[in-house]
Amino acid sequence: MQPDMSVEIAGLNLRNPVMTASGTFGYGEEFSRYVDLEAIGAFVTKGLSLKPRAGNPTPRIVETPGGMLNAIGLQNVGVEAFIQKKVPFLRTVNTPAIANFFGSTPDEYAELAGRLDAIPEVAALEVNISCPNVKQGGIVFGTDPGCAASVVTACRAATTKPLIVKLSPNVTDIVEMAQACEEAGADALSVINTLTGMAIDLERRRPVLANVTGGLSGPAIKPVALRMVWQVARAVTVPVIGIGGIMSATDALEFLLAGATAVQVGTASFVNPGAAQEIAEGMQQWLAEHGVATVRSLIGALEG
Amino acid sequence: MQFKAMILDNAEVSPGYWRMRMTAPPEILEAQPGQFVMVRVNPSIDPLIRRPFGVFDVGLHQPAYTGAAPQPYLEILYRVVGKGTAMLSALHGTDLLDIIAPLGSGFDCGPAGEEKLIVGGGVGLAPLYLLARELVKDSPVRLFAGGRSKDDVLCITEFERLGVECYTATEDGSLGEQGFVTKVLEQRLDTTGNKGRIFACGPHGMLQAVAGIAAGRHIPCQVSLEGYMACGVGACLGCVCQGANHSSETPDYRCVCSEGPVFDVTELKWEGACHAT
Ligand SMILES: Cc1cc2nc3c(=O)[nH]c(=O)nc-3n(C[C@H](O)[C@H](O)[C@H](O)COP(=O)(O)OP(=O)(O)OC[C@H]3O[C@@H](n4cnc5c(N)ncnc54)[C@H](O)[C@@H]3O)c2cc1C
Ligand SMILES: Cc1cc2nc3c(=O)[nH]c(=O)nc-3n(C[C@H](O)[C@H](O)[C@H](O)COP(=O)(O)O)c2cc1C
Ligand code: FES
Repeated sequence: MQPDMSVEIAGLNLRNPVMTASGTFGYGEEFSRYVDLEAIGAFVTKGLSLKPRAGNPTPRIVETPGGMLNAIGLQNVGVEAFIQKKVPFLRTVNTPAIANFFGSTPDEYAELAGRLDAIPEVAALEVNISCPNVKQGGIVFGTDPGCAASVVTACRAATTKPLIVKLSPNVTDIVEMAQACEEAGADALSVINTLTGMAIDLERRRPVLANVTGGLSGPAIKPVALRMVWQVARAVTVPVIGIGGIMSATDALEFLLAGATAVQVGTASFVNPGAAQEIAEGMQQWLAEHGVATVRSLIGALEG
Repeated sequence: MQFKAMILDNAEVSPGYWRMRMTAPPEILEAQPGQFVMVRVNPSIDPLIRRPFGVFDVGLHQPAYTGAAPQPYLEILYRVVGKGTAMLSALHGTDLLDIIAPLGSGFDCGPAGEEKLIVGGGVGLAPLYLLARELVKDSPVRLFAGGRSKDDVLCITEFERLGVECYTATEDGSLGEQGFVTKVLEQRLDTTGNKGRIFACGPHGMLQAVAGIAAGRHIPCQVSLEGYMACGVGACLGCVCQGANHSSETPDYRCVCSEGPVFDVTELKWEGACHAT
């Protein structure tokens, strides 16, 4: 008997707990030659805004030990082009597509949530709250519980689809943020987005990234991500999606033990385009080898 | 496609410059001049992301043992500039590498018979050899190769063997004309009355000068760009450069990996900083 790999997130049934993370997998099509999209649980598309966004000047990325910094600046095609040019591909794949999105005011978030709610090919919504609120002096929504809750409340009213809120790790107390989002109506929480970091070119005495700071991702952030998933999973009742530095099936299974119901694979797809698929297969193999019948039995099963 | 390549040969061709030959699936023979590959330097997480290199050459080699069928191979030409390339230079025959190739769009060769002018600066010559091989089939080809010193001017004999007429220039005068290679290019254009089509790859300053020459003399010109890449397939949006109509009000970013790395110079913006060098 093959172990049962299926999990459920807010009514969304996934064939296995492995998804690809927003911004690291394009709109799905880019990687379709290298990975069997029907061998993974779901894929999350690049963060969308109402209007197309150009993003930051270059350099936008730089490798750092065990990770990379990115300051893409949320470049994306905008929701209209997404519907025209990207959604037709989603229709051809028998795997749930989750649309990640962001705005600069709660109203903008709500409007986008409404637009995405109307797209049948979009199985669920993932709200990125790691963006500045232009109405409140640029404070990042995801760093203030009140601000975060206002965004979630606005989106909740605009969609009946599963609403996943993606938390920023750049906060003093991630549990407080998680609870605020849960109370405001989040169906699930994605933990974590990138950690703000910086790289300096000594000889030029300049920051490496044109944007000065960027988001750190990759294996370097895994211990932080694991800790945050563990903290959040204990404090909320909604499912948690673990993200951060997952490179292998072992990494993914550790996140499940820490309390995650599913995981997202980000930077690993750059290193190995087939990573998400290989991780899902590796998890199943591990379960089989250890006589574990269902992957669900590992969720939060950390001992001690 | 993604494949495991076995290194057949890895040799220093000039101080700091290496040429690596590796096995590849037969599909590699369809690689277009100007396309590139993403190399995973080793299976660990340091270095983490893949490194991009132009396709220097592809072909069939005859394994040493008798009765063996010819095997397809892929070659890259690289300069040791940091951690990843230093690690590559330490690899030996039979070592394995994980490769994604071929990626990006190649050069448009243009009409037969027309004079083809290839301009390469330093390791920028890498994607131009396969191009020269293609162009000599139906056109007269001239190569303008430049570098700081003679050590930075690579593989000239290989180009000569194709029947390409080679012109060189070095900043220190240790090989060919002293100065920038663009000067030699201009001399040629003066003699022919601005005929032909230009293909260039090299440092950004050189490409900018070549683009200026092409625009001033109304000659079609394509350049192969670099950008800091993480995915190589158009997914991360890290590698972008500025399109011709780019401004801070109407941004126009192009993906070097998926829309390029070869662009017609008229598609790009040249005044401001285009990308990281
Ligand atoms: C399309 C393309 C084709 C290229 N073709 C060749 C070639 O044929 N031969 C050759 O010698 N070089 C080529 N390069 C440049 C080559 O990719 C870099 O020199 C190499 O990645 C450096 O790796 P490193 O670990 O030694 O350097 P590092 O120590 O990591 O960094 C040194 C510098 O190399 C560049 N670099 C590092 N990582 C990347 C990356 N992932 N993407 C782009 N640039 C990077 C950056 O400018 C960095 O400042 C090409 C680059 C691109 C984008
Ligand atoms: C190049 C790049 C672009 C990203 N873009 C987005 C985005 O648009 N929206 C978002 O919510 N997260 C984005 N992320 C964050 C990832 O989805 C993920 O949370 C983070 O990279 C940590 O996971 P990893 O270590 O597996 O990469 C991006 C990450 C990278 C590396
Ligand atoms: S390298 Fe990722 S988009 Fe070009």
